[in-house]
Amino acid sequence: MQTYTAKRVEILIEAPMESRLTAALTAAGVKGFSVLPVLGGAGQSGRWSAEGQIGRAGMVAVICLIAPERLEVLLDAAFGVVERHIGLINVTDAQVIRKARF
Amino acid sequence: MLTLAGQNLLTPMILSFALGGLAALVRSDLSVPEAAAKTMALYLLFAIGFKGGVAVSKSGIDGQVLAALAAGIALSFVLPVVAFGLLRVMSRLSAVEAAAVAAHYGSISIVTFATASGILALRGIEAEGYMVAVSAAMESPAIITALWLASRSGQGRRAEPGLWREILLNGSIVLLVGAFAIGMITGPDGMAKVEAFVVAPWQGVLCLFLLDMGLVAGRGLRGARGIIGAGLVAFGVVMPMIGAAAGLGAALVLGLSLGGTVLMMVLAASASYIAVPAAMRVALPEANPSVALTLSLGITFPFNLVFGIPAYIAVAEAIVGG
Repeated sequence: MQTYTAKRVEILIEAPMESRLTAALTAAGVKGFSVLPVLGGAGQSGRWSAEGQIGRAGMVAVICLIAPERLEVLLDAAFGVVERHIGLINVTDAQVIRKARF
Repeated sequence: MLTLAGQNLLTPMILSFALGGLAALVRSDLSVPEAAAKTMALYLLFAIGFKGGVAVSKSGIDGQVLAALAAGIALSFVLPVVAFGLLRVMSRLSAVEAAAVAAHYGSISIVTFATASGILALRGIEAEGYMVAVSAAMESPAIITALWLASRSGQGRRAEPGLWREILLNGSIVLLVGAFAIGMITGPDGMAKVEAFVVAPWQGVLCLFLLDMGLVAGRGLRGARGIIGAGLVAFGVVMPMIGAAAGLGAALVLGLSLGGTVLMMVLAASASYIAVPAAMRVALPEANPSVALTLSLGITFPFNLVFGIPAYIAVAEAIVGG
């Protein structure tokens, strides 16, 4: 089957910042994304777990697939939100089937 | 006074909380499903707001209610300044981190408030219904003080767009105020229709919810090592006592009943771990969230439940009379 190269961008960010991040991505022209819960982890602020978190707390993962030529715009938009906060942005190469969707 | 405090300790609520805490500390696999915990929290907020609204529908809104609201808001504005000063003396927290922690201590814990209400009900002590409205009014002012304290240090920045909408429309505040309004509008007739739901099961649901909170607090306490030192632990115990003393002073000036005095002390003594943490993550992201959450949930919340509330009731009984 014919596949096309795309970029998979995964952004881990504090849950209270999720709506700001997704708004920034939408404003930057990102057509779609998925938001996933993060169960726990460890980082510069120590170890944490979503278990027992109350209210809008913890982290979420926002994942999107985009065409390589639009990566820079997306990263600028995402970093504008993530810069001051606990978070992580990573980019990997991916193969997609329906190129027009990204 | 010690005997009274001891009697207050042996209530189903406090013992359920202790069971949860113990289970977490011995690493039991006991857990309450997240959806169940959220449902219980919604129920407790609705019931406590509704009952408060019904009580106010009987007594009406007068100068006393407005004065209590003003006192609660003033306490919420001022207590973070005291907390900030203490933190700068008792710990090595930066100004921004101290401001973020201080915001938690100026705001309130609705679960501590609910537990105190439950213990008062068990002992047959009535409290002013409008104290529910005071609790809602005390949720947010501390955030303004914290932002001011952080900006004075030169490290804070302007509040992000949309932050105030999120704080004021926080789900717990909307439900509490909304249920209060429903109770006030429908009054005793409304209560007669839903009494079987909002009154009878309340104490039992609170026990189960506190079991979960015990688990959460126990886990927080277990993870406290390496996050907070002796100075911060001491702050987590001293600050609620200072808050309770300030609440007592306000209650005496207002001339509140014994129950109202206890609730004002509890509100001023408790620390937020629902509304303020999310607001601080948006407004002061440089502050380590683990410090404030571990302090408010792992130290101050259990302290207030196990030692604080019984002590506040005993002190209020000694001063206001039973």
